Amino acid sequence: MRLPASPARPTEAAFTSPLRHPALTARVGTWLGVCFALAFVTGLLSHWHYLSGAPLSPPTRPVWGYRVTQGVHVIAGTAAVPLLLVKLWSVYPKLFAAAPSGRIRPLLLHLAERASIAVLVAAATFQLATGLSNAAQWYPWSFSFRATHYAVAWLAIGALVVHIAVKLPIIRASYAEPLPEPDEPHAGPSRRTVLRAALLSSGVAILSVAGNTVPLLRHVSVFAVRTGEGPQGLPVNRSAQAAGVLQSAADPGFRLTLVHGIRQVVLTRSDLEAMRQRTHVLPIACVEGWSASGEWTGVRLSELLARVGAPASADVRLTSLQEHGAFGTTTLPASFAHDSLTLVALRLNGDDLTLDHGFPCRLVAPNRPGVFQTKWLTRIEVLA
Amino acid sequence: MRLRLVLGAVGFAMAAFGALRFLQLGLAKAFDAVIWLAAGVAVHDGVVAPLTIALTVVAVRFVPMAARSRVVVALVVVATVTVSAVPVLGRWGARPDNPTLLPRHYGLGWLAFLAVVVLVTLLSVPVGRALRGRRSRVSPSGR
Repeated sequence: MRLPASPARPTEAAFTSPLRHPALTARVGTWLGVCFALAFVTGLLSHWHYLSGAPLSPPTRPVWGYRVTQGVHVIAGTAAVPLLLVKLWSVYPKLFAAAPSGRIRPLLLHLAERASIAVLVAAATFQLATGLSNAAQWYPWSFSFRATHYAVAWLAIGALVVHIAVKLPIIRASYAEPLPEPDEPHAGPSRRTVLRAALLSSGVAILSVAGNTVPLLRHVSVFAVRTGEGPQGLPVNRSAQAAGVLQSAADPGFRLTLVHGIRQVVLTRSDLEAMRQRTHVLPIACVEGWSASGEWTGVRLSELLARVGAPASADVRLTSLQEHGAFGTTTLPASFAHDSLTLVALRLNGDDLTLDHGFPCRLVAPNRPGVFQTKWLTRIEVLA
Repeated sequence: MRLRLVLGAVGFAMAAFGALRFLQLGLAKAFDAVIWLAAGVAVHDGVVAPLTIALTVVAVRFVPMAARSRVVVALVVVATVTVSAVPVLGRWGARPDNPTLLPRHYGLGWLAFLAVVVLVTLLSVPVGRALRGRRSRVSPSGR
């Protein structure tokens, strides 16, 4: 590569590497598009799970549904990082393309395309940067992650679709042209070498985090935010200390209150232990893309709801003892509340819940994001 | 052409919906997010891309032609995967009350990752030679 002749103002023609070529850009771009499409669709699914009061609630089966879709969401985003970097590298000279001079229409089109690319690059980098930071629970900003990540997702995918529409002729022409193998083993990198490097990097990035959710890769994924291990064999998202429940959850005076209109039932943990116990294996699957299975033992929520005469069509409001952080009070849709697998769990993997896992009792439901598996459950209210 | 127009219109509508949601974040938060949006572009175009070019200029000077493909692949893998791991390498999200969050020694993990890349790159020399040798024995023309 030669340096630009005038370093103060590089031009598009100053970039002489023959590796940068639409044939490479289109192919890397296709894979990048696949990653963004996967992340977008699984992101919408996650958003649906988080919506409260949606006319239609997500299904309760398969029990591992959210575990898979949210795992795919974070893996696709991570896989997109190398692809985005290589793709931006392959078109970097376009940043220095001269604007058409003289006529108004070509100039306006040029500016419109520039603007759409700016939105696309800004939104794409923003999604990957904020998503990966959220997975590591690092929030160096003041905006709400969820609302902003959702808004910019539409911005990114819309700008991407516009970009594909604009570039379609170039993409078609690029795929018509084969990406040749290097002729000589020692001829130096070819466009195919760069494509392979990008795909290999993407694969390595996937392996480096997939252990967040795939048990077989727990020891391979050196950049996973979780190992699948923790007290009682399960990681913790919010600790009892962070939730401010160290005293209230350990208090022997703890009661679980069931409310339906004027009917009210108050239970101690011993009362719950005296009821019929069920054991189910269900995953905790968090929005950060990690998940792990646990064997939960406790009382069926529907049997508790029957004690206050809750109709099967009624949603349920769950309240935690937690004093800090979001999701202290959440709504559980009727289909989940009355599902035979949904438990008010007392035990995990054969032992009483620890404080960090939600002692004295917590909700565990199939196919629900982790934040809705309410810990330190103190009040269950039937919504009329 | 019709397909392109339909795609363009659909994309524009999706982006417009996103922009609308974005404005609903409230002025102060939207402004903070705009800074992050712009920073992504500025950091790439102003720092990452020029650094890549500078590194390329240096590499071209020092790496012999025969080794360049391997070095390019190794550098792309190390650099891009490292970028994807920045939030865990920094461990800025770690909390003393929750040892299950970011529990690994990520610096050691990164060194192991680097060692594997270097090892595979070095091993690819004799392995590639052996594969080429076998191929040329099977068909003397090389194809």
